[in-house]
Amino acid sequence: MNKSMPQLTYLEAIRQGIWEEMERDTSVFLLGEDIGSYGGAFKVTSGMLEKFGEDRVIDTPISESAIVGAAVGAALMGMRPVAEMQFMDFVSCGLDQIVNMAAKIHYRWGAAVPIVVRGPSGAGVHGGPFHSQSNEMWFVHVPGLKVVAPATAYDAKGLIKASIRDNNPVIFYEHKYLYRRTREEVPDEDFIVPLGKAAVRRKGTDIAVITYGAMVWTALEAAELLAGEGISLEVVDLRTLLPYDEQCILASARKCSKVILLHEDTRVGGLGGELAAVIAEKAFEDLDGPIVRVTAPDTPVPFSPPLEEYFLPNVQKIADAARQLAAY
Amino acid sequence: MTSAPDTQTLERMLYYLKLTREAETRIEQVLYRQGKIVGGVYVGRGQEAIGVGSAIQLLDGDVVLPSHRDFSSFLIRGFSLREIFCNWMARSNGPTRGRDNTLHIGNLKLGVIPIISHLGDTCPVACGVGVVLKQRKNGNVALVHFGEGTTSRGDVHEAMNMAAVMKLPVVFICNNNAYAYSTPTDKQYAVKDLAVRGAAYGMPGVKVDGNDVMAVHSTVEKAIRRARSGSGPGFIECKTFRMTGHSAHDAAEYVPEKLFAQWKKKDPIARLEKVLLAGKILDRKQIDHLDGEIRKQVDDAVAYAEASPFPKGADAREGVYCDDECWWRSAPRSE
Repeated sequence: MNKSMPQLTYLEAIRQGIWEEMERDTSVFLLGEDIGSYGGAFKVTSGMLEKFGEDRVIDTPISESAIVGAAVGAALMGMRPVAEMQFMDFVSCGLDQIVNMAAKIHYRWGAAVPIVVRGPSGAGVHGGPFHSQSNEMWFVHVPGLKVVAPATAYDAKGLIKASIRDNNPVIFYEHKYLYRRTREEVPDEDFIVPLGKAAVRRKGTDIAVITYGAMVWTALEAAELLAGEGISLEVVDLRTLLPYDEQCILASARKCSKVILLHEDTRVGGLGGELAAVIAEKAFEDLDGPIVRVTAPDTPVPFSPPLEEYFLPNVQKIADAARQLAAY
Repeated sequence: MTSAPDTQTLERMLYYLKLTREAETRIEQVLYRQGKIVGGVYVGRGQEAIGVGSAIQLLDGDVVLPSHRDFSSFLIRGFSLREIFCNWMARSNGPTRGRDNTLHIGNLKLGVIPIISHLGDTCPVACGVGVVLKQRKNGNVALVHFGEGTTSRGDVHEAMNMAAVMKLPVVFICNNNAYAYSTPTDKQYAVKDLAVRGAAYGMPGVKVDGNDVMAVHSTVEKAIRRARSGSGPGFIECKTFRMTGHSAHDAAEYVPEKLFAQWKKKDPIARLEKVLLAGKILDRKQIDHLDGEIRKQVDDAVAYAEASPFPKGADAREGVYCDDECWWRSAPRSE
């Protein structure tokens, strides 16, 4: 192991990943709101204007559609733009450029659109209905996009670097709850985590908990709790939501014979429903119980702490679902 | 200060005006009615001077993002008539291999980025092109065309503002053809001339007779020169008229007949012909010969497209992603 391996937060790991890619490849540049001298609302791009100059760290007007559209135009000219959404909630204002322009160009006429649209998503910080959403499924339903959602600092760095190098439009979900709360040793060197590959975070035998983003950590806590009760959870971190790692998902489902699909996103139309269908289609005969979803309810993300706490899946909700499922 | 187009440019402009008219007439009034072109059919009859007068002056490295009514821009930038007809007729050897229709055809080597049906979306894309062109400092520009109806969309506002703030070499050209589908201009915007909006964004905004190809040429030339020199974007409102329905299935009964009659007198092709005849640059016989040559070229392209194969159905699954074994690098397959 690299003796100089430093501890990085999830946020610092993303910054380092972008920084390294900008040093490595002059076609990489950044655009977004308040990303230059201010360094971004969460400071992900802090120091980049000073290091790379204003041609490569471009502050824009408040125009999400023009930010994404301009990223597409620059990508068609051979660049690799990384566009920041100040909060992923605001990606709705750039939705059309992502789903109709960026996602379909390669299919329609063969030009590559290597853009990354990245930003903070998720709840747990009392951000209210417009600074807390998990809207990744808007994009998982769009052929031509890739959707990435890291859970660890190591993956955050490796996945942002892989996303920047990818020749397709990548929507990169950074979980804001994890920005400064999770840290680990991250190699201060060039590495990528490939898109489309899940990771088994904890091996188990009784129930496979398949999840992503901040919920990976909640699932790991639940696994620790339930281990004391003799229920062994396997925790799968999807890392990439589109294309998802079907092989890994099915392997865990078959091995454990019971599955919980866990996400912070709301229930109807969430990724859990899609994965339940895949597991039912391809691993039905290996199942010993119903496929269970633990998700947020179908409401906007509420603001007041008791409401938000009720909204979010937590260790208790996972443990309750796992105990019921274990009884089958 | 602008220079009048030289005689060679005038002749080229007449050729592209006439070729565009003939090709689109064939598409709308023959092939569509015969059922040989399926889906939507949108043409720019009567407003050909805008695409011709602008694209004719582009240089290598410039980029054009035409509207669906700028057929000529594609020809002038180097698309062949044959490949354009293959696309209209959904063949495997068209530029989209049957994946998208009409003029949704792009080619980065030719500097052409096509629209999507969400008109106005190409305006922000033109800004991104402009960001790169500006940094490369070769004096290249991007031209983006859109209709007056499209100016009501937020993307146009975001793009014009961004281009002005960043001083991008982008020329915004509004083909104001008086109707957005069935909606007349007084239900689309509340100013007399859209050109005034240029000032609101901090860029020159000018209006021009969009049916006068020489006027379009000189007006666009000024904006292009300004953009090439690093002085930023411009906005040009070309006043014209859509001499058809919105699409081939639209009889345009909502348009008063007298408007068609009035605008027929301003036909851009007849006007340029008159100039060339009066200046003794071409005589009637030469023009008749040109018309004959153009018909032959269109005949050839139609025959070529009709003889071309349709794509293989299962290829619908290919090329969603750009990966190492990119499907677009393989030859097109057909049924």
